[in-house]
Amino acid sequence: MSPRSSSTAPTANHAHTRERGAPMSNTHTTPTHRPQHLDEEIAGGVGESPLRPDGSLKVRGDFAYASDLWAENMLWGATLRSPHPSARIRSIDVGPALRMDGVRAVLTAEDVPGRNLYGLKDLDQPVLAEDVVRYRGEAVALVAADHPETARRALDLVEVDYEVLEPVLDAERAAHDDSLPRVHPGGNTVRYQPIVKGDPDAEADVVVSGTYTVGMQDQAFLGPEAGLAVPAEDGGVELYLATQDLHTDRKQTAAALGLDPEQVRMTMSGVGGAFGGREDLSVQVHVCMLALHTGRPVKMVYNREESFFGHVHRHPATMYYEHGATRDGDLVFVRARLYFDGGAYASKTPVVVGNGTTLGVGPYSVPNVRIEGWGMYTNNPPCGAMRGLGAVQPAFAYESQMDRLAEELGMDPVRLRIRNAISRGDSTPSGQVLDYPAPVAELLRRVRELPLPRESTAESTNPDIRDLPGGASNTTHGEGVVRGVGYGVCIKNICYAEGADDFSTARVRLQVVAGEPIAMVHTAAAEVGQGLVTVQQQIARTELGVERVNIHPNDTSVGPAGSSSASRQTYVTGGAVQAACRAVREQVLERVAQRCGDPVERLSLSGGKVVSETSGVLADLAEVLGSEVVEATREYHHRETFPLDEQGHSERAQVQHAFSAHRAVVDVDTELGLVKVVQLDCSQDVGKAVNPDAVVGQIQGGSAQGLGLAVMEEIQVDGGRIRNPSFTDYLIPTILDMPPMNVDVIERGDPNAPYGVRGVGEPPTISSTPAIVAAIRAATGKALEHVPVGPEHIVE
Amino acid sequence: MDFLRPADWSEALEAKAKHPEATPIAGGTDLMVELNFDHRRPEILLDLSRVEQLRQWSRLPEAQGGVLRLGAGVPYSRLIDEVGAALPGLAMAARTVGSPQIRNRGTLGGNLVSASPAGDGHPPLIASGAEVEVESARASRTVPVAEFFTGVKKTVLAEDELVAAIRVPEATGPQQFSKIGTRNAMVIAVCTFAVALHPRRETVGTGIGSAAPTPRAASEAEEFLAAELAERDQWRRPTPLPESVVDRFAELVVNATAPIDDVRGTARYRTHALGVLARRTLGWAWEEYRNSAETAGRQGCA
Ligand SMILES: Cc1cc2nc3c(=O)[nH]c(=O)nc-3n(C[C@H](O)[C@H](O)[C@H](O)COP(=O)(O)OP(=O)(O)OC[C@H]3O[C@@H](n4cnc5c(N)ncnc54)[C@H](O)[C@@H]3O)c2cc1C
Repeated sequence: MSPRSSSTAPTANHAHTRERGAPMSNTHTTPTHRPQHLDEEIAGGVGESPLRPDGSLKVRGDFAYASDLWAENMLWGATLRSPHPSARIRSIDVGPALRMDGVRAVLTAEDVPGRNLYGLKDLDQPVLAEDVVRYRGEAVALVAADHPETARRALDLVEVDYEVLEPVLDAERAAHDDSLPRVHPGGNTVRYQPIVKGDPDAEADVVVSGTYTVGMQDQAFLGPEAGLAVPAEDGGVELYLATQDLHTDRKQTAAALGLDPEQVRMTMSGVGGAFGGREDLSVQVHVCMLALHTGRPVKMVYNREESFFGHVHRHPATMYYEHGATRDGDLVFVRARLYFDGGAYASKTPVVVGNGTTLGVGPYSVPNVRIEGWGMYTNNPPCGAMRGLGAVQPAFAYESQMDRLAEELGMDPVRLRIRNAISRGDSTPSGQVLDYPAPVAELLRRVRELPLPRESTAESTNPDIRDLPGGASNTTHGEGVVRGVGYGVCIKNICYAEGADDFSTARVRLQVVAGEPIAMVHTAAAEVGQGLVTVQQQIARTELGVERVNIHPNDTSVGPAGSSSASRQTYVTGGAVQAACRAVREQVLERVAQRCGDPVERLSLSGGKVVSETSGVLADLAEVLGSEVVEATREYHHRETFPLDEQGHSERAQVQHAFSAHRAVVDVDTELGLVKVVQLDCSQDVGKAVNPDAVVGQIQGGSAQGLGLAVMEEIQVDGGRIRNPSFTDYLIPTILDMPPMNVDVIERGDPNAPYGVRGVGEPPTISSTPAIVAAIRAATGKALEHVPVGPEHIVE
Repeated sequence: MDFLRPADWSEALEAKAKHPEATPIAGGTDLMVELNFDHRRPEILLDLSRVEQLRQWSRLPEAQGGVLRLGAGVPYSRLIDEVGAALPGLAMAARTVGSPQIRNRGTLGGNLVSASPAGDGHPPLIASGAEVEVESARASRTVPVAEFFTGVKKTVLAEDELVAAIRVPEATGPQQFSKIGTRNAMVIAVCTFAVALHPRRETVGTGIGSAAPTPRAASEAEEFLAAELAERDQWRRPTPLPESVVDRFAELVVNATAPIDDVRGTARYRTHALGVLARRTLGWAWEEYRNSAETAGRQGCA
């Protein structure tokens, strides 16, 4: 075990805004003789936006994704899935499938070598269904064949005799009606969590209430689930795959295979997006079972339709809210009941309930609170992690409520928000004091000041239809088009919470290759498109003063990094890389210190040189290193968090909070109910923009995903069945739906975090949705209590 | 699976006669989706992409009254660029199909034979009174587009027949096409409406998509409007249409539909939206007609 890094002191704790790329202000005196110029020779350090090492490959289409994996002599795997949301399996006959030409294996629950259960939080999901199936799409049997088409056709020959059962389909009913069938033996509640603060029965002058629902959203990553398993000589298996978290996959896979974790070696292959949908297992155990059974490499890759059944989705929610305020607009209380439909297996439902309730009043200071959250089992498709986990749903509700309250008070909705905005030193409903900047009011002011678009083209005499709702579909030339503006602001916790030991590991090696010092960074942290590879390079350049930084492929031969989720990797893996680099640097400097007599504290690495504060350049780094390899491995653990008690209290349930504010401008064809989002602007505090371009990219992408939830993205489930498992009917925004953005990034460093960073990826997904719906309400006057908002909600 | 690649039209017809079970493939933008979903497993694919005749279009001799003959394999992008001025309604519809990639490959012939209720090419063809040229090694015939479809994904094609071309009368008056989708691009229609004014014949054409098992014309709406226009001598001296006429036209359009609830929208919304589209498209077409009549009138006086 490598030692924990001494919680690294933050280098940035700014309480002011900086222009992009401007140098950090230093509070301490800059010593003379400090060879600043050498700093600038190293391009692409922290705070700059160097090109991604994988960028050109991806743009050219040359990047190898997991679905491109190939091995000599490999077989293809396929999965038989339940056609019923709830049924008992009477029998399975694999004979006919096994007799088909080209079929090499047909496996069922009986063939699971180890524990036939897995799950991120609760061990409740079988690798292959045993006696019952709990959702339409549950894996029942596996086939390996010489050809993917053969494997697919063999699935039709596996005979499963089902006794169809009555499914549980309504999460809210499941929470209160004990007469419903039990989806799992322990009952239908995965987690119930109340949060109580102050006087939960407080009364107020002005009270508004509403019931809000959020549809089931899909991560819709473009690269489907894929993996290639190769049996190894030691009886273990090598698995090449696309995932968000290698070590958690390994732990679960090894247990199911009955192997030691060391016998399951995983290597990350190109990940085509994740957004939470790759946290749970998909092909992992299945493909390894087939490979171990046949003794041959086996590849599995889902097609788009199967992908809709092969990963969890965002929890649909029904939320009852009541807000009370004084006539002046001070929030007096918030009371809410939140029902999250977790579907057939728990997955991340416990975390969704934890986040949903603790963040359920939004980024506001509220004296009296009662929030109750239920995460339920049903026979609907399983739901789990997705960007904005558990915070997306209540944000739609509480922001809708803030607008409703503003209307009731006759107050400007932004003013109402600013008046009640939480700030540093305030406490959350669970009793956590925010001991870092929380510039919610500032974000609202800033986003309001961003330039507005030109007036609606609908007003002009000869509008270009492409600028109007419906676009080239030619549905309006301006008729019925009304413009609306709306705001949304949100709070999201960063990193794992409620007592999880959240850490990452980095191994950094420094050596001279062909006369040049080169750093190698090795972590298991998944690059899922967010640009973590670039961030790691930037940190190593900054800390080690070298130009060339190679990123070792992610695998399980280094310690865990945790999941690329919860907006946490730049924070924790960034922290681990920083710590490992500093340990390497220390070793190098100590050597020079011994030789030259300068104390280590006065030395630094910069521009490939060892530099002394007092006497300038002392030596070439390459020379100092010679043929030696300096290596260090460090873990970075963020400060501790604690569980919630039965009243939902905790001194620190969450390690950090992030905030973003959106303004949406929409044109709505009020007669047809068609919407064009004309502009979507965002102000966000990112603590420290390690890579400003990547930060803006995250904000744009997150906003697009929030736009999708606002106006089009919904998995339609009827009787436990998905009606639109394709990109033909599950619509995600195209380039013609996503408008230009003004993105305003501010950096209020978090003193607890490496470089002062604050998680970036999730907040923009959260605050964009309510802003867009508020804008549609402003244009139409409709209540709009469901997202996505469809044309029929606007015209009916 | 066998893959036949006829070099020209007569080879294609012969191949289809010899292998009636062969499935033709043009742009493949419908068929490949079906194959990927395993909805179809053809034994033989008949690739039409080398058949030059299918990729050409021409103007039929004037004697036949200004008709464009569009080879079944002309992709949407070329229809927009090359015949957009002569067939504005069809071009508007073509612009709404899929994405640039789909418009580069997808063909009108494929759109017709797929016979989806949501085929965007169908309503403007019906509104224009277009005909499908169907051919086999035995014989050839023409079928009015409105009669080409016999049900969802079903057409009148016999098993040895191929679509050679679509004959579309050139526009002699304004045409409009509108499509409702829940996204601003790349979307299957929730419903569509096409209208074409035919001043020379003093008739009105309409086409409705995605609101019944097959695309269809709103014949009563067409007749009502034509009668109104004739009665008030509107073709020669156009004035703004009375609100009551526009409303009645929209009502008759709606009456011609038989929409259902599905993943893309409700029957109720479709009915509502078609009413709005009928009013708007007629308004735009009529305004354009009045403006052109005015211009023509002014030129006549000068
Ligand atoms: C992403 C995407 C978006 C789409 N968007 C739209 C849209 O917005 N609107 C829309 O209407 N459609 C859309 N489509 C469907 C499709 O692109 C169109 O229907 C297109 O016109 C099909 O033409 P094709 O040449 O690709 O047909 P193919 O796929 O090649 O063939 C379709 C059918 O026609 C038959 N066929 C083709 N040519 C002939 C012939 N000459 N004689 C006899 N049979 C023939 C084939 O056997 C097959 O049954 C979309 C498809 C995709 C994949």
